Amino acid sequence: MSKLESESKSSSDSSDSLLPSISSASSYQPNTAALAYQSSVAEACGLALNTRILAFKPEAPQSSKPIDLRSQYNRPLKPAVNAQLRRRLPTSAERILDAPGIRDDYYLNLLDWSRNNQVAIGLDRDLYVWNAESGTVSNLLRTDSDTYIAGIKWSGDGAYIAVGLSDGDVQIWDVEEGEKVRSMSGHAARVGVMSWDRHILSSGCRDGSIWNHDVRVADHKISEFVNHQAEVCGLQWRSDGNQLASGGNDNLVNIWDARSSTPKFTKTNHKAAVKALAWCPWQLNLLATGGGTYDKHIHFWNGTTGARLNSIDTGSQVTSLQWSTTYKEIVSSHGYPDNNLAIWSYPSLVKNGEIQGHDTRILSSALSPDGSTVATVASDENLKFWKVFEQIGKKVSSAVSGTLGSGKDIAKVMMIR
Amino acid sequence: MPASAKPPAQTTASSVAPTRSKLSLKGSSKVVAEFFEYSINSILFQRGIYPPEDFQVVKKYGLNMLITVDEEVKSYIRRIMSQLNKWIIGGKISKLVVAVVALDTGDVAERWQFDIEVFSKSGGLAKTSASVAGKENAVPESGMPTKEKSVDEIQSEIQAIIRQITASVTFLPVLEGRHTFNVLVYADGDAQVPAEWIDSDPKEVRDAEQVKLRSFSTNSHKVDTMVAYRLGTAE
Repeated sequence: MSKLESESKSSSDSSDSLLPSISSASSYQPNTAALAYQSSVAEACGLALNTRILAFKPEAPQSSKPIDLRSQYNRPLKPAVNAQLRRRLPTSAERILDAPGIRDDYYLNLLDWSRNNQVAIGLDRDLYVWNAESGTVSNLLRTDSDTYIAGIKWSGDGAYIAVGLSDGDVQIWDVEEGEKVRSMSGHAARVGVMSWDRHILSSGCRDGSIWNHDVRVADHKISEFVNHQAEVCGLQWRSDGNQLASGGNDNLVNIWDARSSTPKFTKTNHKAAVKALAWCPWQLNLLATGGGTYDKHIHFWNGTTGARLNSIDTGSQVTSLQWSTTYKEIVSSHGYPDNNLAIWSYPSLVKNGEIQGHDTRILSSALSPDGSTVATVASDENLKFWKVFEQIGKKVSSAVSGTLGSGKDIAKVMMIR
Repeated sequence: MPASAKPPAQTTASSVAPTRSKLSLKGSSKVVAEFFEYSINSILFQRGIYPPEDFQVVKKYGLNMLITVDEEVKSYIRRIMSQLNKWIIGGKISKLVVAVVALDTGDVAERWQFDIEVFSKSGGLAKTSASVAGKENAVPESGMPTKEKSVDEIQSEIQAIIRQITASVTFLPVLEGRHTFNVLVYADGDAQVPAEWIDSDPKEVRDAEQVKLRSFSTNSHKVDTMVAYRLGTAE
């Protein structure tokens, strides 16, 4: 068998230096009869001519523990997982709201949940605010006919909402008064993502620029962070305001120090656009980023050192990330091909479950202020609420309860319009 | 500067309405590679190569799959898979073999063989017919069902094979004593071979019984599975 192989190898393999090179192999006279013989022997051995059998040389790790297969089969097969990993996840949404007209565009950020329990959603030209406690809906604004809403973000206290428009305008609205407080224009293209750090609002633009505004002063633009070569679609300030993370359609992740206009770290690991990014609530310098269709990975970074700590291959386009504030977990929402929510433990990266709740890709997600519920909106024009993080040890209270019914109501559909 | 780190842009300008639901060759290779990885893990668990505590359940193929959480084994498999991935994409291997070998005697007790057939090397290349600016909004695989295989169909075929691998415990003899495993491939003569892979004998099972399990196919690949074992009589 090995003789066959060495003869068939001699004509090609340059990696084996023991064989004479073919150009000087005048002693090797190919003989049709010999070749026919070889080929029929090869066939009999189940080997096509010119095939090598290769083994992975290093030996497999030794298990130090004794293994008794029989004992494994004599008891019911129980996978070695803890009870806490098998908690039940909701299979149906706690509440479903209609979101007609939502733009099916990965790069927009049209959903946000305020600290005072109001859900804002941008449906093309209209911004609606749904009060999760009272169940009331208001149409806060409608843009001009040649523009649409590209990004929205509640201020930290929930009193104001920033709205980024397709023409580059950034507006701040007082939600209670229902009035526009100011308009900050100047961006050359649409503003699809924004993030607040107290009175600083950062806006990410399709031209790759990030502008930082002090919303209290007339001359609002404080600085520009320019590095991305394509649309900025992910943007989030760290909770202490020391660092800003940004993700772009150029597949880059940038981590900026607040006072410097060149990024502290630029990460190129993602192979697709990075819209999903989130700083960890319980570990200050831990950043998670998620990549688009051709990447499908979640990477975890140390914002101080720039090191990549961990990665998960999720199998689908990652469209948003939400860290839990009550469990040591992170939720990823997905587009192509699974269109689901996946819940992962951190740092073990074990997938605790997934929720298949939408027919088409989930565009954005938001976390309730009490940390119990994840809202998802998909291009199937549904806004669904999932009780992913039950309040531990406390009586379960719904974040979306109110006059419209208790949390047990499953498919309560309500038109936002 | 970031510009040089940019991956190659998907450049076809026309927006052809995608009617294909098939995986590209690369996507199909990934399906095949993933299947191998999960199968290797299943075999390690089912045949007691490593103790059950070393495994964790994950959901895959609509089933509860067991994969190792032991760092050394994970890393060992990762090294194997990283090379297998390259070979599969390049269409360089025709068989993958997992040989279950007794630690003390080196005797091959069981042999799992996966045959790979590539339908065509040039077929099925998915084109993202969208400009880079909107690449995340492009649909890589259209949802329109055609007579080509959908991802769901492939997944249920794989599911059937995994179930068979699990069910094989009903006829495979109990492995006495400690066993380890070796991974072999049947590679084309012109395949690039890194140093960690060496020429080997096929590690056949003596006096083997052979059972052919089910196969699965994508539009680019077909994978057959079989297991050979020796009837469990004491030597």
